[in-house]
Amino acid sequence: MADPQELYEAILTGNAKQAEEVTKAALEEGANPSDLLSKYMIPAMDEVGSRFECNEYFVPELLIAARAMKTALELLTPRLAAAGAKAAGRVVIGTVQGDLHDIGKNLVASMLEGGGFKVVDLGVDVPAQKFVEAIQEEDGSILALSALLTTTMTQMKAVIEALEAAGIREKTKIMIGGAPITQQYCDEIGADGYSDNASGAVGMARKLVGAA
Amino acid sequence: MLQELLAGGPVVTDGAWGTELFARGLEVGRCPDAWNLSHPDRVEQVARAYVEAGSQVILTNTFGASRPMLERHGLADRVAEINRAGVEISRRAAAGRAKVFASMGPSGLLLISGATSPEALAEAFVEQARALAEGGADAIVVETMSDLAEARLAVAAARATGLPVVACMTFDSGKDHDRTMMGTTPEQAAGALAEAGADAIGSNCGQGIEGFVGIARRLRAAGDRPVWIKANAGLPEVVDGKAVWTQTPERFASLVPAVVEAGADFVGGCCGTSPRFIQAVREKLSR
Repeated sequence: MADPQELYEAILTGNAKQAEEVTKAALEEGANPSDLLSKYMIPAMDEVGSRFECNEYFVPELLIAARAMKTALELLTPRLAAAGAKAAGRVVIGTVQGDLHDIGKNLVASMLEGGGFKVVDLGVDVPAQKFVEAIQEEDGSILALSALLTTTMTQMKAVIEALEAAGIREKTKIMIGGAPITQQYCDEIGADGYSDNASGAVGMARKLVGAA
Repeated sequence: MLQELLAGGPVVTDGAWGTELFARGLEVGRCPDAWNLSHPDRVEQVARAYVEAGSQVILTNTFGASRPMLERHGLADRVAEINRAGVEISRRAAAGRAKVFASMGPSGLLLISGATSPEALAEAFVEQARALAEGGADAIVVETMSDLAEARLAVAAARATGLPVVACMTFDSGKDHDRTMMGTTPEQAAGALAEAGADAIGSNCGQGIEGFVGIARRLRAAGDRPVWIKANAGLPEVVDGKAVWTQTPERFASLVPAVVEAGADFVGGCCGTSPRFIQAVREKLSR
């Protein structure tokens, strides 16, 4: 008998191989995929997040946990889709124009995927118009913008203005992050949310989906 | 060589380069290191401004000139040239008045995510360090590192040139801002970097100078190597939609004696600092 508690542990400790084995075994034994997700996998990622918040976990632990989560999630996805379950939301993410840094952006993308979001990663040095087009592809998407440099963070404002010009600002929730970003900057440019870490970004995305 | 430099008391290094280059016309998104070839005169102006402000050690415009970083700008075939030119420019500006410590920054790739391999990183750092040594650097500074594994590879590569090596990490994470992004503490960094062959250990960037008193003290207590500190000018504030460093050179300089007392042997500035900061630090320490 597969013990789904082991799936929780495997994700919490970032053991992708074990996460895969337990998930496979549980599914073969007829476990309900949405139960696995909501009772074991998402709580495991939530625990990863709280360990991160209290400095027990750092980026390496986040990354391996997100990888284990993704491995298990990929096994569940076809069955979840067949059962009509939906992703937690769709997030379009990218590093703004003029900025080639992607470590933070990739980390947030992995954590969002681990949190059950469908993530569309536009990469680095992304022009404002490209964000607009990706948002227009599907209603109700969240936009996540990253910048590492004080010289490029101002591009975030340009992206928000481009959304306004396209008439889709009101229906798009925007979250921002990156080393120089502060809540003050978030408020100033009129973004909807800010997090100073990748774990907090998942909580922020959930909050924004709820508010949409 | 480091001991000789330090015989006269704390050594003042330089301040930020990126913002100085932007002030001289570098466009956002362009590769700063490529200016060593296209605008050597303007890069030299920055280096000279620091020498004239009183820097006893200046760095080089080669922070992002490792192969993985230059690749992002389509300049992978110019690694050796850009690094050599960077050192030559700083040497011309120093003209014997300051030592030239060549800068090596992180690759921008995370080992743990599988974006690169230890072998590929080692090769890239060896290539960069060799070119910096060929350019005539007095020492190599491995800086702004978050990942100890990557830092060790860079230190080993720098070490292989035979030049003295300074190794610094950025402590910007955790609730007390005393961990790197990857969770490394100053104590862990000091031990591992000394073991990897660093002649001096330190920390740069990540927080304002206020936070460096504790960092310097812990690095000092954790080992027997000289300590290198390059602090940011406080925290950036948003003014008119732009991040602005509002700390004055005088305020920054007023905090330097505490950092020195805590154990820093080399002091200088990182983000938000300029030649005026270095001048203020020199004045403060010569009193």
